[in-house]
Amino acid sequence: MADEATRRVVSEIPVLKTNAGPRDRELWVQRLKEEYQSLIRYVENNKNADNDWFRLESNKEGTRWFGKCWYIHDLLKYEFDIEFDIPVTYPATAPEIAVPELDGKTAKMYRGGKICLTDHFKPLWARNVPKFGLAHLMALGLGPWLAVEIPDLIQKGVIQHKEKCNQ
Amino acid sequence: MNRLFFQPHQAGLSKVQAAEYTLRNINPDVLFEVHNYNITTVENFQHFMDRISNGGLEEGKPVDLVLSCVDNFEARMTINTACNELGQTWMESGVSENAVSGHIQLIIPGESACFACAPPLVVAANIDEKTLKREGVCAASLPTTMGVVAGILVQNVLKFLLNFGTVSFYLGYNAMQDFFPTMSMKPNPQCDDRNCRKHQEEYKKKVAALPKQEAIQEEEEIIHEDNEWGIELVSEVSEEELKNSSGPIPDLPEGITVAYTVPKKQEDSVAEVTVEDSGESLEDLMAKMKNM
Repeated sequence: MADEATRRVVSEIPVLKTNAGPRDRELWVQRLKEEYQSLIRYVENNKNADNDWFRLESNKEGTRWFGKCWYIHDLLKYEFDIEFDIPVTYPATAPEIAVPELDGKTAKMYRGGKICLTDHFKPLWARNVPKFGLAHLMALGLGPWLAVEIPDLIQKGVIQHKEKCNQ
Repeated sequence: MNRLFFQPHQAGLSKVQAAEYTLRNINPDVLFEVHNYNITTVENFQHFMDRISNGGLEEGKPVDLVLSCVDNFEARMTINTACNELGQTWMESGVSENAVSGHIQLIIPGESACFACAPPLVVAANIDEKTLKREGVCAASLPTTMGVVAGILVQNVLKFLLNFGTVSFYLGYNAMQDFFPTMSMKPNPQCDDRNCRKHQEEYKKKVAALPKQEAIQEEEEIIHEDNEWGIELVSEVSEEELKNSSGPIPDLPEGITVAYTVPKKQEDSVAEVTVEDSGESLEDLMAKMKNM
């Protein structure tokens, strides 16, 4: 189960109501609105807690999402591009987030840069369908993954800060 | 599937492309249609459903059976969604994360549980998971487990398509204890998938409309109307001979028996001639044979 701090953060993310996927036409539009509302609120919470760690936006249909995430380690800020598709079975199944530039650099990742989440994530998501949305995916999926993998990758020298690269 | 097909000289090919080449070499008479894409996206899903509906032996007709050999939950749910929408019978297969168990499942929309009717089934391991899983390490894989599951899947397909034996709705494989649990699961009336519920209603109506099945009939004895020559069927071996050539049957669990039995040593009931030692050497005997 997620640690205490994560649980607190998640409890402050608004839950969603509409159980609709990308093939559900008007209902999907309704769901998309709820996704954006929940995400906006989550980002606001993060800013207030001085932990503004990601941005996300989507295409017009809301089926393709992309953005950036940041991780601070030893006072240095690392930035990564992220992307994912909404699967037809959403929200019964969660999207698979990809960090393409880290593809092949860690074992906790599938081909194409899709991150490998812990055993806890899928049952947790399944138990909370359709209340959990993309904001929860970020908080419970990508966030913890970055927290474990990035320090490890930095320590192994697999990734370097952009400033160091340009020297 | 990838571990059963991929060979070093195929590096760089997609899994399905390598599979097609290998299978075509095994049997050139089979027709293949290969697609390599992520079926969970909205665009690809439409194409996927279209091929199920139109990719039968005759283009435009649906396929007879879909076999799911994917390795993740999301893809399975997607196949489930497609088959529920199309009323398509399919078989799902899989191997566990720790590689020591697997299963196959036959899903007939409305008649048996679909993949979304219940949380994912797990073949009980009866082992301390801690001995297998280490923190921070991902899935294991054993091509042996996959080979077994592939075998029972195809076996089930043959029985289903050719109508023999008992087709299992669910067959599990526990490699640690060599246990094969079977069962069938009814659909969940409150399944999250609307199409599953729809097919359940249709199936109930279909069953209610069937004529009542008669009780199992006794196998009729073949009696000829006339038997002018008084022909009787008699065993070639007498009762007594049968008894003398049978031995004890060992104590075996249900489902296992011996191919034949060996009688206990007893007094010769049949006259026999035994070889004699004439005192000739081996060379003598060989020469004797040559001169015959």
